[in-house]
Amino acid sequence: METIISIKPLLAVLASLLVIPMLVSSSDKPNVRESWTFIAGIIKFLIVVSMLPAVLSGKHVVLTLFSIAPGADIAFRVDALGMLFALVASSLYIITSMYSIGYMRGLKEHGQTRFVSFFALAISATIGAAFSANLLTLYLFYEVLSLATYPLVTHHQDANSRISGRKYLIFILGTSIGLVLPAMIYCYHATGTLEFAAGGIFSGQLSKPAATVLLLMFVFGFAKAGIMPFHSWLPAAMVAPTPVSALLHAVAVVKVGAFSIVRVITGIFGVDFLLSFNLGAVVAAIASVTILVSSCIALTQDEFKRRLAYSTIGQLSYIILGVALLSPKGMTGGMLHIAMHAFGKITLFFCAGAIFVATGKKYISQMVGIGKRMPLTMMAFLIGSMSIIGLPPTGGFISKWYLVLGTLEGDQMIMLFVLLSSSLLNAAYFMPIFYKAFFCTKEESMFEDKIQEAPMMCVVPLLMTALISFVLFFLPQPFLDLAQLAVKGFIGG
Amino acid sequence: MENYPVLIVVAPFISGLLAGLFVWIEKRLSYPIVLTGLFISAFSAIQVLIQVIGSGPIQYKLGGWSPPIGIEYRVDLLNAMVLCLVSGVAFLNLIASYRSAEKEIGDRTGSYYAVYNLFMTGLLGVTITGDLFNLYVLIEITSLTSYAQVAMGDRDRGPLASLNYVFIGVIGASFYLLGVGYLYMYTGSLNMADVAVLIKGSQGSSTVLVAFILCILGIWIKMALFPFHVWLPNAYTYSPVIFSRVVAPLMTKVMVYVMIRLMITVFGYDYIFNTLHLSDAVVWLATIAVLAGGVMALAQKNLKKMLCYIIVSEIGYMVGGAWMGNQLGMTGSILHILNDVLMTFALFLAVGNMVYRIEKVDITDLKGLFGKMPWTMGGFVLAAFSIIGVPPTCGFFSKWYLILGALEKGAYHFAAALIISSLICAVLFFKVFEICFFESGSPGHEHSSHGSVVIEEAPVSMLIISGLVSLSLIVAGCYSGTIVNTIILPFLK
Repeated sequence: METIISIKPLLAVLASLLVIPMLVSSSDKPNVRESWTFIAGIIKFLIVVSMLPAVLSGKHVVLTLFSIAPGADIAFRVDALGMLFALVASSLYIITSMYSIGYMRGLKEHGQTRFVSFFALAISATIGAAFSANLLTLYLFYEVLSLATYPLVTHHQDANSRISGRKYLIFILGTSIGLVLPAMIYCYHATGTLEFAAGGIFSGQLSKPAATVLLLMFVFGFAKAGIMPFHSWLPAAMVAPTPVSALLHAVAVVKVGAFSIVRVITGIFGVDFLLSFNLGAVVAAIASVTILVSSCIALTQDEFKRRLAYSTIGQLSYIILGVALLSPKGMTGGMLHIAMHAFGKITLFFCAGAIFVATGKKYISQMVGIGKRMPLTMMAFLIGSMSIIGLPPTGGFISKWYLVLGTLEGDQMIMLFVLLSSSLLNAAYFMPIFYKAFFCTKEESMFEDKIQEAPMMCVVPLLMTALISFVLFFLPQPFLDLAQLAVKGFIGG
Repeated sequence: MENYPVLIVVAPFISGLLAGLFVWIEKRLSYPIVLTGLFISAFSAIQVLIQVIGSGPIQYKLGGWSPPIGIEYRVDLLNAMVLCLVSGVAFLNLIASYRSAEKEIGDRTGSYYAVYNLFMTGLLGVTITGDLFNLYVLIEITSLTSYAQVAMGDRDRGPLASLNYVFIGVIGASFYLLGVGYLYMYTGSLNMADVAVLIKGSQGSSTVLVAFILCILGIWIKMALFPFHVWLPNAYTYSPVIFSRVVAPLMTKVMVYVMIRLMITVFGYDYIFNTLHLSDAVVWLATIAVLAGGVMALAQKNLKKMLCYIIVSEIGYMVGGAWMGNQLGMTGSILHILNDVLMTFALFLAVGNMVYRIEKVDITDLKGLFGKMPWTMGGFVLAAFSIIGVPPTCGFFSKWYLILGALEKGAYHFAAALIISSLICAVLFFKVFEICFFESGSPGHEHSSHGSVVIEEAPVSMLIISGLVSLSLIVAGCYSGTIVNTIILPFLK
């Protein structure tokens, strides 16, 4: 594997970190502060994109920062999978920053400087996790992300957010310290390395029971992925302002969890190793249960953001399920879903936030007839939910297509059934919202007929992400190529 | 310059005496005198460390008398590092004390500074000496001066805490002295290197066994290893904060150093682990210490006292690592001496800043502190993360080595205790953070009032020191690989 040594991965991480002092120092000039955020976001995105050609041509961009112990450095390695995730996160950061302005100012939230600063820190940690070369570095950024998100989740500083914050910490920090840390140290103890390698790092040191325990410690330990029963922090975290729910709890934080599990499956255990013990099926089974149960719970939720949260829990497990199928198509689908779900789900969260800013409504039962008042928002909602359900012409269709092919490839009819029935469930919890928004009688409608959308800074971002979801159906290339390249690296060797 | 080793000890000694004299002549001069003394000491310590890294251990014969008759200073990598820590912490704390001392102990500052420097002389002497009896004398100097300083604190409880401390301290010192007596009886020598040679091959001797047990027991009492810890929390809590800031990080850690010195240099690895087989029992004791310290910390209402129990827990880390009987454990233990000094210093510096503004530091007094003292709290948060063991702060990396050592030995209980202790610390500190973050200091908690929180920070000199030390936690963490490779591993070879 050809590698390029470059400082770019570090710069991509630092771009939004170094801007924090500027953000703090311009706290009484909101416009200046916001422009710093955009500058950082755009620079970060450009740095990430500048590495894309090299990665697409099969090269890795590497940089070692600090040597801690042999085989466990603090180091970056940009490969196709990391690039895919970083592209999603860094592009959506810019859009979310715009949305944050509309949302936070629209609601006159307090502590906006603190908010944007920790947001910048969180996105730095996300990119760091995406570019980690080994498990130690990944763990480092994973923890930084957990802690940076806490003040964002508890932004309102009231009793409710205190309880949610506590739940968030217990689940996220409790599992990462209690499960991932010992599992990681055990891996290092057994093999002397934590470097992600295509064939995994184990060569006969593990018996099947030990491997199973270790794998489960990782799968449940990375609780940001929301695998049941460690999922309930996510609905609780919905007390956060919507930009946090949108970028962090639909894209960055939760996907760092799923991403970490994918990394462990592909880079620590290795596909062949898991196949030889048939452990992929164990993970796939756990993911399937999460998919079905969370979709059913989503049906019962009336609070808009909570329904989205349960939907996210299910969709994250698609990623895990796809990769756990351990077949090329399935893995491609799983990785592709990181991107496709991101653009779809962030659109939905943006819609939920826009409705809240414009009308103050949080509950779905209060949104009858909202389509006539906020038609643009609800059209974007339609596209976003189609993408989550997996209907053409949206990006979500592509990833589901590969996932379904993956189950067929491995002849796993039960998984196929899980995927299809989940799609039906997704439709069942999203379509009524849209239907009731537009198709209701005058008496039923809770809104006047006048069009009155949320502030422009809220509406433009959600139209953009909806548009991207739509375009990705026709042009999935950058993400699809990256996913296929990544799979080739993990399986083809 | 070849006199650096002696300057480390003599400079604070002479400046301490001078400062004592100047209390009667010109009070204001006391401070610059002690400051200069400690600066010379810290500077010499760094020079010595550089020299030792470059060209190996240094021997310095006091007054030109050669051992075993004369007293010898021996500086190798281990105590060069500890010397730097002690003199550095002493110097930095003195800068931070400039503003807070007057506030806390009024017009007694002059005599306080004199005693302070004598205390430092004791600690530095303990660290540098190569003579067993000299070590005893210096431990007593350290103890006597610290009794005096503890008693200067809280008017109601300081004296009693100090008295308790005297009683138990004297018992500990007597045990050690008795042990040294037995050794002298057996070998006729008090020089560490000399004694080590003379007791080699006398594995069966009961005199050596008794000497060993008495020495170690005495040192354990002095370092507050559970269950000998009872004197520590009160003594450190009710002493003036300018003193807690140094005694908490330094005293116990220097005693851990003495224990390691006795184990490695005097009695030898072979004797302890292959003849006596004490490893298992002591590691169990350390496991209990780690957990007991954490649990007792949970029950505390006063922040200072809570931190004191965390120290008790951390002592368990270092004792467990040192007695693990393998290189990884010892590496972790020595690295943790460094890290724990920095972490505890950072925590107590932050506490010092709080005390400067809000006088009492019961946890419930800390309401709204994130808004009121953002910089102090920033430092406190970093230090807390280091205690919890969040990378890239240094606390993570020593824990990493300690757990690896435990796994290598098969001491899974100790590894589990470290993980549980991390979780307990997370609970402890987030309990504090919650109060600082959610509960508004001023009555009438409204969203709009958040903007109007008045920042009331500690003086800049204190903030700079506390900020620097907190940042050093990250630097030490990132360079822990370098520290292990240049200081600890060469020392252990």
